[in-house]
Amino acid sequence: MGDWKTITVPVLSSDSKNIFQYTSEKKISPPNMNSQVLRLPLPSSKSMHSFFSAFCTEENIEQSISYLNRELTTLGFPSIYAESKGKELNLISIINCMNELLVLQHKNLRAQEEVEMQHLKLGSDMDHLQNCYAKLKEQLELSKREIVGLQERDRQLQSKNRNLHQLLKNEKDEVQKLQNIISSRATQYNHDMKRKEREYNKLKERLHQLVMNKKDKKIAMEVLNYVGRADGKRGAWRTDKTEARNEEEMYKVLLSDYEQRQNQILVENAELKKVLQQMKREMISLLPPQKQKPKERSEDGPVLSDLEEDIGELNKENMWELSCETVREQLTNSIRKQWRMLKNHVEKLDNQVSRVHSEALNEKDVISREDHELETEKLELEIQQCKEMIKTQQQLLQQQLMSPCDDDTTLLLQDCYLLEERERLQEEWRLFREQKKNFEKERRSFTEAAIRLGLERKAFEEDRGAWLKQQFLSMSTDYKQSDNVTTPSAFLGSKYVYLLGSDQDNRLVKSTSQQRKPHCMLSGPVSAEPCQTSQYITRNSSSAASKKPAGDSKPNQRVESGKEETE
Amino acid sequence: ASCVQYRLVVRDVNTLQILQLYTCLDQIQYIEWSSDSLFILCAMYKRGIVQVWSLEQPDWHCKIDEGSAGLVASCWSPDGRHILNTTEFHLRITVWSLCTKSVSYIKYPKACQQGIAFTKDGRYMAVAERRDCKDFISIFVCSDWQLLRHFDTETQDLFGIEWAPNGCVLAVWDTCLEYKILLYSLDGRLLSTYRAYEWSLGIKSVAWSPSSQFLAIGSYDEKVRILNHVTWKKITEFEHPATIANTKTIVYKEVEKSPSVETERLSFPPTRALASSLFSTQSKYDISQVPVSLQYIKPVADRANPKMGIGMLAFSPDNCFLATKNDNIPNAVWIWDIQKLKLFVVLEQLCAIQSFQWDPRQPRLAVCTGNSKVYLWSPAGCVSVQAPVEGDFQIVSLSWRSSGDSMALLSKDNFCVCYLEREEV
Repeated sequence: MGDWKTITVPVLSSDSKNIFQYTSEKKISPPNMNSQVLRLPLPSSKSMHSFFSAFCTEENIEQSISYLNRELTTLGFPSIYAESKGKELNLISIINCMNELLVLQHKNLRAQEEVEMQHLKLGSDMDHLQNCYAKLKEQLELSKREIVGLQERDRQLQSKNRNLHQLLKNEKDEVQKLQNIISSRATQYNHDMKRKEREYNKLKERLHQLVMNKKDKKIAMEVLNYVGRADGKRGAWRTDKTEARNEEEMYKVLLSDYEQRQNQILVENAELKKVLQQMKREMISLLPPQKQKPKERSEDGPVLSDLEEDIGELNKENMWELSCETVREQLTNSIRKQWRMLKNHVEKLDNQVSRVHSEALNEKDVISREDHELETEKLELEIQQCKEMIKTQQQLLQQQLMSPCDDDTTLLLQDCYLLEERERLQEEWRLFREQKKNFEKERRSFTEAAIRLGLERKAFEEDRGAWLKQQFLSMSTDYKQSDNVTTPSAFLGSKYVYLLGSDQDNRLVKSTSQQRKPHCMLSGPVSAEPCQTSQYITRNSSSAASKKPAGDSKPNQRVESGKEETE
Repeated sequence: ASCVQYRLVVRDVNTLQILQLYTCLDQIQYIEWSSDSLFILCAMYKRGIVQVWSLEQPDWHCKIDEGSAGLVASCWSPDGRHILNTTEFHLRITVWSLCTKSVSYIKYPKACQQGIAFTKDGRYMAVAERRDCKDFISIFVCSDWQLLRHFDTETQDLFGIEWAPNGCVLAVWDTCLEYKILLYSLDGRLLSTYRAYEWSLGIKSVAWSPSSQFLAIGSYDEKVRILNHVTWKKITEFEHPATIANTKTIVYKEVEKSPSVETERLSFPPTRALASSLFSTQSKYDISQVPVSLQYIKPVADRANPKMGIGMLAFSPDNCFLATKNDNIPNAVWIWDIQKLKLFVVLEQLCAIQSFQWDPRQPRLAVCTGNSKVYLWSPAGCVSVQAPVEGDFQIVSLSWRSSGDSMALLSKDNFCVCYLEREEV
């Protein structure tokens, strides 16, 4: 702002310069731009004054106005002169122009601001980029140096490697050489040995010849007397037969040895097969049953059925005989399958157990191991106790059975109930025996009755015959008495029936009387007894009466009656 | 029976009384009883004479003279009526018959450690032969000495042959330069070959188990390999390291018990009993805690037949244990449990082990180490027994009686018989 003095001298030409200088001055001092920009809309009146006074003075008003007009019209603004050619100024247009100029000025200022902002930004960007660049350059330098170092190391190691390889090769070569040496030496030795042996053999031959040739009398054996052979046999000549026999014997020895070994192996084999079968069975039993998850079921189901088939097959076949490939393979394969399944099952169980342990112990479904063990212990104790009880009871029972006649001890040791029962049983035995006797008597009487009946029947038949004869004789004379034929026969029949009935009635009477007695006697004790005893009785009577055909119906009736009574 | 110089002394085992006394023509080198215990042969190698004496008839005598053929070895045949003499330079084996006075010859026998092997039942005899630089084996029937089989073996230089106790398999092994063992069946077929490794020194000792189930091969690499009789393949190998680290093995160590001598009782000149007790130190066994390191000797590398490897192998009669000795660790006896195929017990002695032998009836092992003590081991424990002999008595070898209740302890010049009492049950 200090260079305005030079403006006043040249008016026209310097005006433009003023404006340019003004603007250029502004450009020179960019950092002060902002402050100056702010200040510009409110220019100090002084500077403006000075500026105005510098440009337009009282002498050159007309010139300055015409100059302004010219400038404005060149800039596209309307003229500030009035329409008439006079020198009257159009105030409105002047003000409009001023306004326009101000607006333009504002716009320009804003544009300048923006440009300056951008400039700043670009400047900072540039700084940043320069910094980055510098850093990257440094890094690049570092890495280059590193690379160089690593390359150096790599070279060293490679050279070391090569050296070691070389050494190794050398060593291998040496070893190879030594081996070659050894082999050559060995062949050398062998060769030498063979040569020496040949020499030696020659010597031996020579010596042998000498020895044989000499036919030394000294080579002899002097024995006082012959000694018998150890096994007492005589010496035998050597013939082809003996040769063959020797061969045979030798082969026999060999064969027996092989057979023995084979037997041992077969036995071992059979044992092992048995063990394998057992193991397989146990493994199958260990595997989970089919009531588990459907997934497992689907796994086990078809396999189990297969297994059962396998088991069936293998059990059918004779374990000792068949040792062919297929059977062996089947067995081993099935066992492997089983083992795998068992392993999976155990693994699953392990997982389950581990899961259980990791989960909270409040699981109701899963019993903890200690509780389980406690329970098993309790159960075992209970089982023990029950067993002991059973044993003691058995012992007591044994004692009871062993000593039936020992009344004193029974009285002391047993309950009164048992005593009662025994007494009852004894009574019943007595009764039974009595009844047996009675039935024997009855049987005898029955037989007697049967005999009598037979006799009577015979007599009756004779009578009948006589009577019929009489009738015939009388019939031929008297037809009117034909009615009486039936009646006598009926009478006869009825008589017969009556006879039988009377006989039976007698028997009935007898037996009922007899039966009533035992019934009376049995009324005392427990109600269950009569049924049994009556059955005894009826059985006895039936056995007694079975010999007689007529009496069969009666015992049955009695049985029924007995039964009815009890019911 | 024992021989002193040129006399043969026969004693009764239970009472050690002299029953018979025979005089031979020369110093006796070797004596052997016949299998039925009726005859004893005495071989005099220098003179080439074998004399046979009878126990039943002391007047009976028999003399076999090999003459210029010389004599190197002599042995009985299993039937007790034939004597096999090996002539000098292993020219031939002459079979003399005592029953028929007949002679048979076997040519080209092999000059090796175990060239003749009889089966346990005495029926067959295998002889190793060598012709034209090749090894052969001939199998003879002992009853009439007829040649049954003759076949060649694929060995470089046959070192030894041994029949299996069941008499059906013959093990043939090669020289120590080659680790090779061949198994032949009785009829001459090759059943199997086994080679553990190449180039290093090979087999040193071989032993069959009494049931013929296992064949134990001890080799120079300090390992014992066990083959089974079904597949003839190795089922396990036992190592003999110098440090025992397994906690399950029991190590018995012999320690000396210093004798307590009361100074007041010392008298001059010292009595005999005192002198012997001063010189002979008592010893007992202690159980050492595992890990134990044993004394290891590395033999000189440039000598032949080095003292390394498994030199002694023996199976117990019940097939349960195997006793081995590693020549690199000469003071220890290793006892292996065959049922579990593991090392069971190690006996560590103060001196180097001379020999050991199993009791023929029970699993009881007797060990001698060159001092005057004999050591007994059984699964129940082990004990060291002092032989009550005055003077210096260095036990070099021992021999059990076949019934297992006594054994003879032999030193260079003397021998003593040790009786074992049976435990009252």
